[in-house]
Amino acid sequence: MRVTVIVDGVSYSDDVEPRLLLVHYLREHLGKVGTVVGCDTSNCGACTVHLDGRSVKSCSVLAVQADGREVATVEGLARDGRLHPVQQAFHDNHALQCGFCTPGMIMQAVDLLADDPDPDEEAVRAGLEGNLCRCTGYQNIVRAVLDAARRMSPGAGPEAERLTDEAAQVTHVAGGGQ
Amino acid sequence: MIPVAFDYLAPSTVDEAVRALVDAGEDAKVLAGGQSLLPVLRMRLAAPSMVVDLSRVGELRGVREEGDELVIGAMTSHHDVLRDQLVRTHALLLAEATTTVADPQVRHRGTLGGALAHADPAGDLPAPVLALGGDVVLAGPTGRRTVPVERFFVDYFTTELAQDELLVEIRLPKRTGWGARYEKFSRVAQAWSTVAVAATVLVRDGRFVEAKVALTNMGAVPVRAYAVEEALVGGSADADAIHAAARHAAEGTNPTSDASADAEYRQHLARVLTARALTAAAAV
Repeated sequence: MRVTVIVDGVSYSDDVEPRLLLVHYLREHLGKVGTVVGCDTSNCGACTVHLDGRSVKSCSVLAVQADGREVATVEGLARDGRLHPVQQAFHDNHALQCGFCTPGMIMQAVDLLADDPDPDEEAVRAGLEGNLCRCTGYQNIVRAVLDAARRMSPGAGPEAERLTDEAAQVTHVAGGGQ
Repeated sequence: MIPVAFDYLAPSTVDEAVRALVDAGEDAKVLAGGQSLLPVLRMRLAAPSMVVDLSRVGELRGVREEGDELVIGAMTSHHDVLRDQLVRTHALLLAEATTTVADPQVRHRGTLGGALAHADPAGDLPAPVLALGGDVVLAGPTGRRTVPVERFFVDYFTTELAQDELLVEIRLPKRTGWGARYEKFSRVAQAWSTVAVAATVLVRDGRFVEAKVALTNMGAVPVRAYAVEEALVGGSADADAIHAAARHAAEGTNPTSDASADAEYRQHLARVLTARALTAAAAV
């Protein structure tokens, strides 16, 4: 079947078998290996991407179901060489050990902050309940999402990212003067 | 894992979908949100020759009011059910139960109709829908038929749906102003419900005017706890009455014994969870 899908802002058109899972399409047809396969049983959330703006487990969606729709993966978050505020917060808070769950954690965190820009700790934990970290590094993951929420306090989205960039530039200038 | 190869159709109307099922014959599977079916296909527990995907049938999505009824399209996602103010106002029990379904990603894709048609005895939506009462509407090659919810669930993973029929909508009587609670017990996060209890009650002047209670995973199909309801209605909405009524919760049930609980323990859980659910639903 012919499918046309926009992935991280780029349109792709491919012939695929109906049984092809979205995660395999992303990894094996498009080379988007930033999205990983964790458990293969729909439990772990490592393969989380956004489909038309909503987080989904891409092992539980067929590639043909994404036809005509828009997919965002962790590879599309950074802009102009700058990490997305959620990525930066994960980096700064050491919110990863082995790193395998990180792409899914970040994509789900972005979804959760878009829904609830000012979550408390309990809301963060509930929002990430579909994502497992086998290193059990949840403390720092939750800390990172709360930190990201503070950095993006005007709300998620491009505007927040711009504000973060300006803040980062100011910090950079101040640091350079010392 | 990779599913067995299948043909795929994504119709855009109910009529086209029914025609596709008729043409495909015995080996067709209906794909709703796919959050149960895709894992099943991946593990090769099913190998349909044709998958009919309903995700592009717009008429199956959404919630509306029709007189005394709340009508929910079968392809309405759990996420949309949770966001819907009509559901919260007229079927609070459904909203309470839906919050406990899986995780946010699954709730974005999974649908109410899919969860009911899948008829997993440990699934969290059949019992609340049974407690709320009402009907499901099925569409087939000869038209539509309306089936009371209590006749819809037939056996393990088996419903009243024929091979060439689709579940199109769920019609619930409005339970406006009723309290509600879905009390779920499972051993670890992400596990199926060992047992769960769906309770919705109407309390006026400190008395139970109405009470509906249904149990998850206490048999092959969800079961109404009629004895609990009868014990409550007309009585005072207090802790003593709730605990006395909850003692009847496991009457007539025949739960399974498995690795997570034996039958006797499930019956114990049914009584304990019924008391908790009623206490919360009645705000006692």
